[in-house]
Amino acid sequence: MLEMRKDIFADERDDDLREVGRPTQRQDILGHVTGTSAYYDDHRFANLLHLKVLRSPHAHARIRSIDDAAASRAPGVKRIIRGADVPVNLNTLLSLIQFGKDDEPSLATDTVRYKGEPILAVVATSERAAREALELVRISYDSLPAVFDVEEALKPGAVPVNPAYPKNTFDYHGKYDHQKLRFGDVEAAFAKADMVLEERYQMSPIEHAPTETNGSIAVPDTNGRFTVYTSTQALFFSLDTSAKINAMPSNQLHFVGGTVGGGFGGKVDTLTEPLAILAARLTGAPVRYRLSRHEEMQFGSPRGAERIYIKDGLMRDGRIVARKVRAYFDSGAYTRLSSYAVVKCVAHIPGPYTIPNVHADVYCVFTNRTPATAMRGFGVTALDFALECQMDKGAVAIGMDPLEFRMLNAYRDGDMKAHRRVAKNCALIECAQVAAEKAQWPLREEFRRMSSRKGGGEARPEVVADRSRAPAPAGTPRSPASTPQRVAYDRPQVDAKPPPSPPRDVPSPAGAPPSGSTHGVRRFSSIFGTRRR
Amino acid sequence: MKTPIQLRLNGEEVAAFADDGANLLDVLRESFGDLTVKGGCWQGTCGTCTVLVGGNPRLSCVTLAESCSGNSVETVAGLRRGADLHPLQSAFMEHFAAQCGYCTPGMLMAAKALLDRNPNPTREDVVDAICGNICRCTGYEPIIAAILDAARKGARRSA
Repeated sequence: MLEMRKDIFADERDDDLREVGRPTQRQDILGHVTGTSAYYDDHRFANLLHLKVLRSPHAHARIRSIDDAAASRAPGVKRIIRGADVPVNLNTLLSLIQFGKDDEPSLATDTVRYKGEPILAVVATSERAAREALELVRISYDSLPAVFDVEEALKPGAVPVNPAYPKNTFDYHGKYDHQKLRFGDVEAAFAKADMVLEERYQMSPIEHAPTETNGSIAVPDTNGRFTVYTSTQALFFSLDTSAKINAMPSNQLHFVGGTVGGGFGGKVDTLTEPLAILAARLTGAPVRYRLSRHEEMQFGSPRGAERIYIKDGLMRDGRIVARKVRAYFDSGAYTRLSSYAVVKCVAHIPGPYTIPNVHADVYCVFTNRTPATAMRGFGVTALDFALECQMDKGAVAIGMDPLEFRMLNAYRDGDMKAHRRVAKNCALIECAQVAAEKAQWPLREEFRRMSSRKGGGEARPEVVADRSRAPAPAGTPRSPASTPQRVAYDRPQVDAKPPPSPPRDVPSPAGAPPSGSTHGVRRFSSIFGTRRR
Repeated sequence: MKTPIQLRLNGEEVAAFADDGANLLDVLRESFGDLTVKGGCWQGTCGTCTVLVGGNPRLSCVTLAESCSGNSVETVAGLRRGADLHPLQSAFMEHFAAQCGYCTPGMLMAAKALLDRNPNPTREDVVDAICGNICRCTGYEPIIAAILDAARKGARRSA
C-alpha cells in the first residue's frame, strides 16, 4: 500500500491527499467482470468486410513485380488495395508535431525494408476468403543486403535502410545526427580518477503482447463521414494520422475507443485505422482490419533495442567524478517514436546522481528490423537498467554498499545537474532510507542521517570513516596507500546481523537474501559471479 | 456448406448453422451473439477465449464448434444470476483483479471450472487452474487472491 511520508515531503504539498494510499475502484470494472465492456471488435455491422495484408518475407528487398490478378478474382474478394491507392502513402507519426520527415509508406511500392512490412491489402467477405486470396498474389523480389546491428549500420559503406535518412541516423533539427550532452570535462576527470569502469549493456526489443491485438473497424456513415471503432491508445493522434494518410479533413472522421485490451505503448502507432478507412471508402462497406497474433508479434512495433556503453570515473571514497555514455537506439526501418525516445534518454543521463563531468552521445539508428515504438517509460527504462547495473558494478568495484554508494552520489537540493538546471525537491536519499528500513537493509548511522536538503550545491560532505573497524574483506580492490578516506566502506563483518526471514506470503528473490555477513561484494554474486575489479 | 450446431448455452437451448470447420469462439460470438467471449491469439495459446464445455475449460478458438453439438457451454454471460454477481465476479472487483479486462472472461471461466470441481482449492490449485491464461496487466497476484477469496466466501455461504 502506498503511503505519503509527510515527515519527508513536509513542504511539498499541504493538502490532504484523498486518493494516495486508498483503493479506488475502476469505473469500468463491472463491465470487465461481466464481459460486457465493449472493445472495438464487440461492435456488429451488417455486411462487414475483412481486410488482410500481404507482408514482406524479406528484411530488405526491391519489389520487381506484383501480380494480383488471380487474387482479385478469388471468391469473396471485393477489392485489392495497393500503395498507389493510398492518397498520402508516406507518413511519419510525429509529423503531427513537425518532428521528423515522412518516411514510411502505408503499403510498400518499390522496396521493403523489414520483414512483415505491408505491401498489399485484400478486402473480402470473410477473413478466410481474404487469407486465401493473399495466397494467390505473386510478388517477385530482388533481395538486398540488410543490416540488423546499430553499430554496423553506422559504419562507412553500410547499407542505407531508409531513403529519408541516408546516413541511417535520424536528423535532429535538420542538422544533427545524434543528441549530445556536455558538462565539465570527462577526459580530465578520468585521468584523475582512482578507477575507471567501462561496461556495455544491450536491451532486446520487447513486444507488448496485449491480449487484444491491434485492430479497428471503419464504418461509412450516411453523411459522408466515417465512424472508426479502434483499439488505439491515442484516439485523437490516430484520428489525425488517419486523416492525413487519407487526405481527408479530420472532421470527416469520428473515432470511438477508450476500452483497450492492453496497450502498454503498443497501440499508439495507428497501425490499422488508415487502411480500414481507405477500404471502407473504396468499398462503401464497413471494414475490419484486425491483426492476428502472429502479425502482432511480427509487425506490431516493439520496444526498441538499445545498446548503451557507460564509462565511469570513480574515486575510492565512492564519488563518481565522471560519466560518459554512448548509446544507440534501434529505430528499425522507419521512425515511429525512437527519435523522441533518444531525447528522453539524454534528458535522463546521468541518472539521479550529481556527477560533475558528464558526456553523452545518443543515436537514433535505422536498421532492417521492425520499427520500434513506445513502451512504458521508453527511452528511460533501458537507460535505467544500464545505469543501475553500472551503479551496482561501481559499488562492487570500490567495495562499498550499493545503497550507500547511490545515496552518496544522489542529487541533493541545490546541486547543478548536467543539464544546467538546479536540482530541487530531491528525495532519492529519503526514499533509499525508507526502502532500507522496510527491507531491513543495514545502513550506517551517517547514511541514516543523510538528507537531500543538506550538502547540495557543493562538494559532497565528509562522511567520517570509523578507523577502529576491521579492514575490508579480501578481494576488495582498495589500495593500501589510500589514506584519506571519506567513506568507511570497510564495514566489519562482526557487525553482521542474521538476515531477517522474509514475510511468508512474499516469494523470496532469486539468489541469496541480503545478509550482513556477506556485506559488500559477495551478496551480489548471483548477479556478478565472482568477478572482481 | 453449413453445419447445424445445437448447444445448451448458459442453460438455454440454442441452434444455428455455422460454416464448415468453424471454431466455437466464432460461433459463440457471430452466430449466438455472445460477445463476452474474447479472442486473443486464435491459436490456443493465451487462454483468453476459455469457456466451459460440459463443465470443463476449453479453448474455444481451437475447439471445432460441431464437436460441441448437444453439449452444454458456459460463458461469462451466464455467470450472473439476475442482478446478483457470481462470488468470483464480486471477488475480482474487490481484489482489483481486472485492469484492461480483456483476459477477465477467460480467467473467470477457468476459475469457475476449478471451484465447481474443488470448492476449497489451495494457492497451488489456483495457480494450476489459471496457468493457461495470460494476463499482461495485473501480474496475476490480485487474480489469485480473488479466486481464493471467492472460494472462502463460497464455502462459508454453503456451510
